[in-house]
Amino acid sequence: MSFYDVYKQYKDFDIQNFFGNVESQMIQKALNVPNVSEYQFLSFLSSRAEPFLEQMATRSSQLTRQYFGKTIQLYTPMYVSNYCENECVYCGFNRKNKIQRKKLSFDEVKKEAEFISQTGLKHILLLTGSSRAQSPVGYVKECVKILQKYFSSVSLEVYTLTTDEYKELIDAGVDGLTVYQEVYDEVVYSQVHQAGPKSDYLFRLDAPERALSQRMRTVNIGVLLGLSQWQKEVFLLGLHAQYLQDKFFDSEISISLPRLRPAKGMFQPACVVEDKSIVQMILALRIFLPRLGITLSTRESAQFRENLLSLGITRMSAGSTTEVGGHTAIVDENKKNVQFEISDTRSVLQMIKFLEQKGYQPVLKDWMAI
Amino acid sequence: MNDILKIADQNLESRLFIGTGKFPSKKIIKDVLETSGASVVTVALRRVDQDSEDENILDYIPKSCLLMPNTSGARNAEEAIRIARLSKAVGCGNWIKIEIISDNKYLLPDNFETIKATEILSKEGFVVLPYMSPDLMAAKRLVDAGAKAVMPLGAPIGSNRGLKTKELVRIMVNEINIPVIVDAGIGSPTQAAECMELGCDAVLVNTAVAIAEDPVSMARAFKLAVQAGRLGYLSGLGSTGSEASASSPLTGFLREEEKV
Ligand code: SF4
Repeated sequence: MSFYDVYKQYKDFDIQNFFGNVESQMIQKALNVPNVSEYQFLSFLSSRAEPFLEQMATRSSQLTRQYFGKTIQLYTPMYVSNYCENECVYCGFNRKNKIQRKKLSFDEVKKEAEFISQTGLKHILLLTGSSRAQSPVGYVKECVKILQKYFSSVSLEVYTLTTDEYKELIDAGVDGLTVYQEVYDEVVYSQVHQAGPKSDYLFRLDAPERALSQRMRTVNIGVLLGLSQWQKEVFLLGLHAQYLQDKFFDSEISISLPRLRPAKGMFQPACVVEDKSIVQMILALRIFLPRLGITLSTRESAQFRENLLSLGITRMSAGSTTEVGGHTAIVDENKKNVQFEISDTRSVLQMIKFLEQKGYQPVLKDWMAI
Repeated sequence: MNDILKIADQNLESRLFIGTGKFPSKKIIKDVLETSGASVVTVALRRVDQDSEDENILDYIPKSCLLMPNTSGARNAEEAIRIARLSKAVGCGNWIKIEIISDNKYLLPDNFETIKATEILSKEGFVVLPYMSPDLMAAKRLVDAGAKAVMPLGAPIGSNRGLKTKELVRIMVNEINIPVIVDAGIGSPTQAAECMELGCDAVLVNTAVAIAEDPVSMARAFKLAVQAGRLGYLSGLGSTGSEASASSPLTGFLREEEKV
């Protein structure tokens, strides 16, 4: 069995028709049961649920405090390569684009790790870009070995791997994996992933499961909001998280909800996702899966992050840069970068301060390779 | 009241144990521990950052508290054993709370794996206090495996539901000859007092204090409740056995006859 079997049950499900039949009493009732069903979760995503946002927020916030307390785990991403073999129409790094490609040497990886570790962060997310040729498993493994000297937990966001490859990397000390399906709708998936290995929908869909079958400790999945109607996508994301939680009882599953932002000359999102909708989906997901980790990327504004803090978020990135070697541009010659990087570094501290001010404990270390 | 709880070779003044997860800040943990008068504090080793100069949670623990690292995050005996050894290696002492959770939905402990880990770690000289589902046979095996106390749950972690497992814990209190400490589920001072009145040796509280509006005064409330419950137990609370016991014994006349 694969999550694909669950997907098939719902792929032709008429969500608009379902939403048309949602009534206020159903939502009210769903707010008062201990375990929310799949359809009750879906009803929380309907426009009929909008007047109940405050009540949903109360429940969500209470559940989050109960299961996670007033703590937020912090981590930072580290890009070591931006070579890519794919053509995702929504991404500036797609192989057809002429951008400067770069891959860090092991010395540079070390320098970058040293630099980030000075901020006190103990969780790192290693991103290698989607090119097997440029960053083969051996290269990733070598990077992991270096990072382990500086961080207590190393997660990966790389091209999807085989079961044996995940095992190899887990044995090397990797304990977390991030893999976004981007879009669950299979038709849209094939439209936006035009070439390269990523166009294999099933191989990507089953990647979290392959990793978990090898006892990956934490897996973070996600959808890129904007590629398709968000209600159905978030519904499927919730079902996927539930499926993984149930099947891999002792692993930690978390989700991310990055938004595709409209940009000039770029791919236009199929649907614009407003702040209010992000709030609604976070609340619905929390009530549906109280133990679910919910990651909020730094691409959201400080103010929005602040408002979302108590509603269900459990993990945030800090001091992010999406540039290869972006953290240590400071130690290199370029003066202009120095200033930029200092403000970036400060943002880890600022994030810590911000959380403390809001009455939250920033957790810099929440796991260690054992 | 000269009523000391002895675990391994330690005499503990207070019967309130505090857990340190979920608090809004480390500073509050310090205030909570001081106010609660707790003798034992449990810390997730996975959150201890030995390398950090200013972010080490251990610096916030008063000297008067005995440190009991826990193996939170362990999914099986092997992982728990590795965490315990690591804990000792980094200087966190030889007390260890075994916490093995292989179910992320309800967060219930895995008694089988816990027994395995307890056996191995006890042999290595650890003072092992296992967190467990209240089950008499499992508790007996834990005693045989060398546990120095057993820590049954009152209700699932963080649920604040209270002593839902009362009947099972009561049996453990009656049958197990090492301290029984209720861990998890205690959500209010009343519930803590209830555990103590039942004859439990101590309670461990975390979420109820950590997420209270005012964690410090909640810590004080728990301190008093644990003392009150214990005093109630020691003063000989009327038993609530299922058989009725008449205040004038029905067979009293037999003794009257003997006298004649
Ligand atoms: S695989 Fe990743 S980096 Fe490459 S084009 Fe797609 S989204 Fe961009």
